[in-house]
Formats: sequence, structure tokens, C-alpha cells
Amino acid sequence: MSLETFFQHLSNGLALGSLYALIAIGYTMVYGILRLINFAHGDIFMISTYIVFYGVTMFLMPWWVAFVVAILLTGIFGILVERVAYRPLRDSPRISVMISAIGASFLIENLAIVIFGGRPKAFPIPDYFNQVAHFNTISIPFANFFIPIVTLTSLVILLFIVNKTKTGMAMRAVSKDYEAARLMGINVDNIISITFGIGSMLAAIGGILWGIKYPNLIPLLGIMPGLKAFIAAVIGGIGDIKGAVIGGFLLGMSEIMIIAFLPSLTGYRDAFAFILLIAILLFKPSGLMGQNVTEKV
Amino acid sequence: MTILRTDHITMKFGGLTAVSDLNLEIPENGIVGLIGPNGAGKTTVFNMITGVYAPTTGNIVFDKKDITGIKSHLITKSGIARTFQNIRLFKDLTVLDNVMIANHLRLKSNIISSVLRTPDYRAKEDHILKKSLLLLEEVGLIEYKDDKASSLPYGKQRKLEIARALATEPKLLLLDEPAAGMNPQESIELMEFVKEIRGKFDLSILMIEHHMQVIMGVCEKIYVLDYGVNIAEGNPYEIQNNPKVIEAYLGVDE
Amino acid sequence: MFNKKNLYRMGLILLTVIVLAILNSVLGKYQVRILNLAGIYIVLGLSLNLINGFTGLFSLGHAGFMAIGAYTSALLTMSAVQKQANFFVQPIVPWLANIELGFLPAMMIGGIVSAIIGALLAAPILRLKDDYLAIATLGFGEIIRVIFTNTQSLTNGALGLKGLTRFTNVPYSWGIALLTIIFMFSLRRSSYGKAFMAIREDEIAAEAMGIDLFKHKLLAFTIGSFFAGVGGALLAHLMGTIDPLMFRFLMTFNILLIVVLGGIGSISGTVISAIIVTVSMEALRFLDSAINLGFVVIPSVPGMRMVLFSMLLMLVILFYQHGLMGRDEITLDTLGGFFGKFKKKEA
Repeated sequence: MSLETFFQHLSNGLALGSLYALIAIGYTMVYGILRLINFAHGDIFMISTYIVFYGVTMFLMPWWVAFVVAILLTGIFGILVERVAYRPLRDSPRISVMISAIGASFLIENLAIVIFGGRPKAFPIPDYFNQVAHFNTISIPFANFFIPIVTLTSLVILLFIVNKTKTGMAMRAVSKDYEAARLMGINVDNIISITFGIGSMLAAIGGILWGIKYPNLIPLLGIMPGLKAFIAAVIGGIGDIKGAVIGGFLLGMSEIMIIAFLPSLTGYRDAFAFILLIAILLFKPSGLMGQNVTEKV
Repeated sequence: MTILRTDHITMKFGGLTAVSDLNLEIPENGIVGLIGPNGAGKTTVFNMITGVYAPTTGNIVFDKKDITGIKSHLITKSGIARTFQNIRLFKDLTVLDNVMIANHLRLKSNIISSVLRTPDYRAKEDHILKKSLLLLEEVGLIEYKDDKASSLPYGKQRKLEIARALATEPKLLLLDEPAAGMNPQESIELMEFVKEIRGKFDLSILMIEHHMQVIMGVCEKIYVLDYGVNIAEGNPYEIQNNPKVIEAYLGVDE
Repeated sequence: MFNKKNLYRMGLILLTVIVLAILNSVLGKYQVRILNLAGIYIVLGLSLNLINGFTGLFSLGHAGFMAIGAYTSALLTMSAVQKQANFFVQPIVPWLANIELGFLPAMMIGGIVSAIIGALLAAPILRLKDDYLAIATLGFGEIIRVIFTNTQSLTNGALGLKGLTRFTNVPYSWGIALLTIIFMFSLRRSSYGKAFMAIREDEIAAEAMGIDLFKHKLLAFTIGSFFAGVGGALLAHLMGTIDPLMFRFLMTFNILLIVVLGGIGSISGTVISAIIVTVSMEALRFLDSAINLGFVVIPSVPGMRMVLFSMLLMLVILFYQHGLMGRDEITLDTLGGFFGKFKKKEA
């Protein structure tokens, strides 16, 4: 492999990893608090891309307005999903909540098919992001630089919120011990809403960046990135924000690199993440950053 | 004759030592008590004996065999049964099914003959059914046999848990706070019940209990744990008058 | 053996057979196809219900095991000529090229291969719980599908297999459905079935009662995979065409819907809901095509049907968690309640 193509793969891996990381954060935050795999998270991510699409093409917003609107609306949408599909099941068996999550995911996907139509749409990429940087013979799309930077910036802001603000403290308290947090006067419902809101807004940022990188929009586009981001969260140790980001980078990078070095495995690309998932679950179920939890007898 | 001996068993969870260097001896047909303040490591001892945890160091010898680190279900098969501090019945199943399930481990039929209901399997199932009904009769739960386990009153649920444990045909029965949540009258009945089943089923019993009245009333020998350490052992009279025990329970007056 | 209960059971089965025979002869081709589908979905629903409802293992990989059964059986029933016609991109592996078996043996082998692979895959992951198990099994389903898409000379890859002989008819689909129903009732009544349910209720207590968790979970999963494979074989030979896309997560979703709607853990609930879901899936097909309301024509919206079904799933789980039957059954006693009253009067 030439050095040029290697660098191209490297930057693609970095970009893909960043996208997984952004989505994975949402999974990990929700899991940390509710012990729930928010199956609909990938679909929430998908919604954001369509909001941008309709914002720009139908409401003729400037791209940056569309981006902001998409982030905000997606955040609200995430909160709504929690209200409707998860909150009524707060005290139900985990399996019920999971079934509801699967139902919510299918509902959003099919509503999207009905409303947005099944035919692919093109994400309106602002020209600014469409440039390609040239270093001698290496040409790398501008997005590949931009995406990791946005991801890391978002991570820093998020870590600040979680670690330094009162809301963040409450979030950590709820994820450590739900009941105790409630007894300490924390409004658990609000904290859960905020968590969903933040997670969904990050998914929206991921969605916008995804659209810039892969502009082909279909209503089912959230499924695979969603599943893979969840796997990334498990790899990093579910419940741990930094772990989710590390897991995302690892997964994105290895997906690209395996195909780069072993092109004959291209067809198996989607299976790779799942194989990694099962391996992690078997050998280190707590993930790279997590701690083991055992049930009290 | 000793039925169970723990040989310097220690259990560490990360940096925390839950039980340290414990030597228990349970005589055959004896009733032994294990007491201590909350968090002293009593349930951890049960969990080590029943294979939920493997002790960090030390050995457990049951019926002359080393059972250290053996899987939980095999330990049950070898003849140790237990109840749980926070009742763990099969809630949605009937009282009779709860007891019948505890016979499954002794069933020597494979799944195919069970589903095909071969004459051999049916004979075995019939035997289990009769045995289970008899057991429910003996513990006084027969009238509830078709009720869901979760619908029983609290005291009866505790009793059913003991009956279920007995159905596995144990030689040693571990009772984890059997009198928890019972009123004095029920506690006295429980004491009688424990003595009764010991005789009827030829058992040895190790029990954790906070009701001193129960412990002192039925146990021939008592071990006291405090912070995972065995601070005293002896008969009820000796334990009641042991200054270390009083100190552990009441705290020290400065 | 020939006590009253068994006699009633025989009667009930006979009655079902007669009803089916009548339906089979009076219904048109399209309706018979739906009847077949209903039988197949009973098998599939019951197999997931065994894993999920009896044993409490939340598995989402069902479509994968169906795929194994479908492909295995299809490759065994296809004639050498059919195979040659299908595998035009890459020839089929030589050892499969000339095998041709009857439908029943092919279906059984499909089930067995699915069971073996199910057991091999499940063995390492069965110690995972709840959502982790769910996501790992979901992963298996996807891995199986991806493999099938890529093994050109074995499965014909994304092109799938076309022109399978449509062996599946009402005697096959409902015969196997009835056998599956009887099997499930008998299993649940047996000591093993009770052990499965004990695991569902409380794993720790079940193990303390001497139940080998690994062995029993593996048994449940293997049996479930077997029936999933058989169901897949029936489906393949009803459709006449299979490809990897058929066995997406959507397929698992449909079966999960059947189990949840029927009441997780109930055999009769699963049977009833399999019929309801199959029939309504077909009956609501019009939703996906254009609707003329007179004043406005709603253009065809594919996806409307699935919107309805995902909403149904959520409504059931949100407001009516025990589904049609909860964990109860329609038993001879409930059916015989009518007769019982009658008899009491006599006595």
C-alpha cells in the first residue's frame, strides 16, 4: 500500500471513528442512567439528517441555521422518545423496556419511510465542507479533519457539563444510585430527560457530520451506525463517556483498516463489529474502561 | 462426626476482606448458628459454602469430600441446600411446582423421554409428584399447592423456601435468616419447625439469624462473626456471656 | 392412556385437522398461502417463545437460525439442474452440486444444522444476561446474514436461491405446527420445562436447587434453534425464493411481535397471535398501496403497515404487558368449562 492511500485510510478511519464516538456517547449516557439499550438512538440520529435536509431544501434556511435547528429539534425528539416509550416502563422488567425500545426504533424507521419516502435523498452539503485538502500527492477531504475536531470539542464540553456543573453532578448521582439520588431530592425524571436531550443532540451533531461525509439519506440509515456505535460503547465500557469515545475511534479505525489491508474481507465489514462485540462480551464484558458488577445474592 | 468443615477460608473482594480465616465445624445432625452484626460476612460464608463464590484461600470439606470452588448446582447435588435472606421463590409458579423443580436434579431421564412421556419417565414423574405432595403435607402447605408462590403470606413463603430446599434431599441445610420479618409467635413456631425437620429428614443445619431468641433456642453451637472474623464460638450460654460478643453487638463504652 | 383428557385432546386435534382440511379445499390459492404462513409463524413463534418466554433468555437472533434452516433445506431439495441455473456467478461447491433429497428429510436436516450451529454459537454467550444476551444474539443473526451474503459458492450470495419447488402445503405447515404445539405443551409439563421456567423466574435460586444453568439454557436454545430452522425451511419452500435480505432483523421483529402480543410464555397465546398477526399483515397490505378517499388520494406509502405493527407492539408492551394470554393457557378445563357445567347438571 502506498503512503498516500494509507494516509487516506487513516483519515477516513479517524472520521468514521469520530462519528461512531458521537453516537456512542448517547448510548453510554442512557445506559449509565437507565441500564437500557436505547435501540431508537440510531433512528434519532437519522432524524437529524432529515431535519437538515428539509430545513435547507424546503424552508430555505442557511446551512448553519439548519444545523442548529436540527440539533435542537433532535434533542427534543430524544426527550419525547423517552417520555413515550421508556418512562411508563420505569418499574417494569428490563426485557419489557427493551421490547419497547425495539418497537420505538421500528416505529421511527417506518414513520420515516412514510413521511420522508423510501427514495434516497441527497444531504445538502455546504460548499465550505466539500473541499479537499492536498498535501503533495495526498488528497484528503476537508470533512476528515473537521469531523474529529468537532467530536473532540463536543467531548470536552460534555465532560465539562458532566464533571463541573450541578446538573452533571446530579447525572452522575442518578447513574450511581437511582433511588438514593431520588431521596437526596434530585428530580430523577428531569435528569433522565436532560440525559436523553444531550445524548440526542450529540447524535444530531453526529448525524450532520455523517450527512457531510456520506450524503446519501435513507430512512434506515441509522440502523447500522446505531448498532455499531452501541458496540463501540460496549467496547469502551458501557456507562463510561470517555470509554465510548475510545471505543468509537477503535471500531471506526479498525473497520477501515481491516478492509484497507485485507480487501477480500470487504463483504464481511458489517460482521466485523459484531464479532468484536461478542469477543469483548466474552473476555472482558465490562469493556476497556468499565468495572465488573456482580449481582448481590 | 463432622459433616462440614471450613478450613481457614478467606474471601476477598478487591481490597475488602469479607471473611477472613474462618474455621467452621458442623457436627452431623447438629444445629449450628452463625451470628454477627450486619455486614459481618455471614451471607458471604453461605455463598462460599454453596459455590456462589469460590473462597480466595482455604478449603471447604463436606461429607469427607473437598467441595471448594465446585459449581453451585453440583454442590446442591452433593447434598447442601439453602434458603435466601430475601426470599427467592419461583414466584410465578405454583407451590407444588416450586417443590417439584427441586427434584429435577435427581431426575435421571433425558429431555427426549421426558417430552415423549415414556412409561419410565412417567413413573419417575409420578414418584416426584407423590414425594412433593408428601413433603407439602409434612410442612403444612398442602392446601396451597395450586396457588402461585407469590400469593402466599410472608411466613408461608419462608416455609415454602425451606420445603423447596428439603426437596433436593440435602444432608446439610443452610438457612439464611429464616425468622426475618416474623412475629414472636411465628418465630417460636419456626424454632419448633427447624427442630422437627432436623429429626424427620436427618439433617444438619447451619443458620444465620438475628432473632437471638431463635438462635439461643435451637442452636447447640454458635459462631460469632464480626467484620469477617470469628470472634467467638461455643454453646448458647457461653456466647451470651462472652464479653467480646457483647462488645461487638453493643459497641464499647469509652 | 385413554383417559378422558387424552380423548378430549385427540378430539380437539381431529377437529383442527378437519377444519384445516375444509379450509384447504374451499379457500383460494392466495388464502391457502396465508393459511400456510400462519402455520409457519406458529412454529416460529413457539420456538422463540421457548427461548424467550419459558426460559427467559432474550434472544434476537432468530432470523439467523431461520436462514440456516431455509438455506440448508433449499440446497438439499434443489435439483442439480436448478442449482446450475442459480449459481451462474460462481459454481456451487461440488459436494452440494448433485445432492437432492425429499422435502421432509431436507427440512429435518435444516432444523438439525440450525440446532447444531445454534448450540455452538450459544455455548459461549449463555452466561450473558438480559440486554447483553439480546445484543449478542442480534449480532449472531447479523453475522450469519453477512456470511450468507458473501459465500457465493455455497449460498449464491446476495442473489439468493430462486425457483425452489413449493413443497410447503397445508399438511406440511400445519402438520408441523400441530406437532410443535404438542411438543411445547409436553415439554412445559415435563420436569425439564419446569426447570426452564425456574431459570426464567430466578436464576440464582434455580442453580441453588441444583439446576445446571448452562446445560438447560443450552438445551432451550438448541431446541428453539431447531424449530426456527424447521420454520425457515417451511418458509423457503412456500416462498420459492430466498435471499439474505429476507432474514434481516425485521423478520425477528415480526416473530417477537407474535410472542409479545400472545403473552410472553403462553403457548396458546402465541398460536392465536401468530394467526392474528399473519392474517392482519396480509389484510392490511392495502395500507401500503394508494388509498382513494374520494376527496384526496393518499399516494402509496410503503411502510404504513409496519408503522401500525410497531405501534401495536409498543401499545401492548406499554399498556397491556401480558398480551392476549399472559402466561395462562386455553386448557381443556377452560374449553371444557362449557361441558363441565352441562355435566354437573347431569350429576
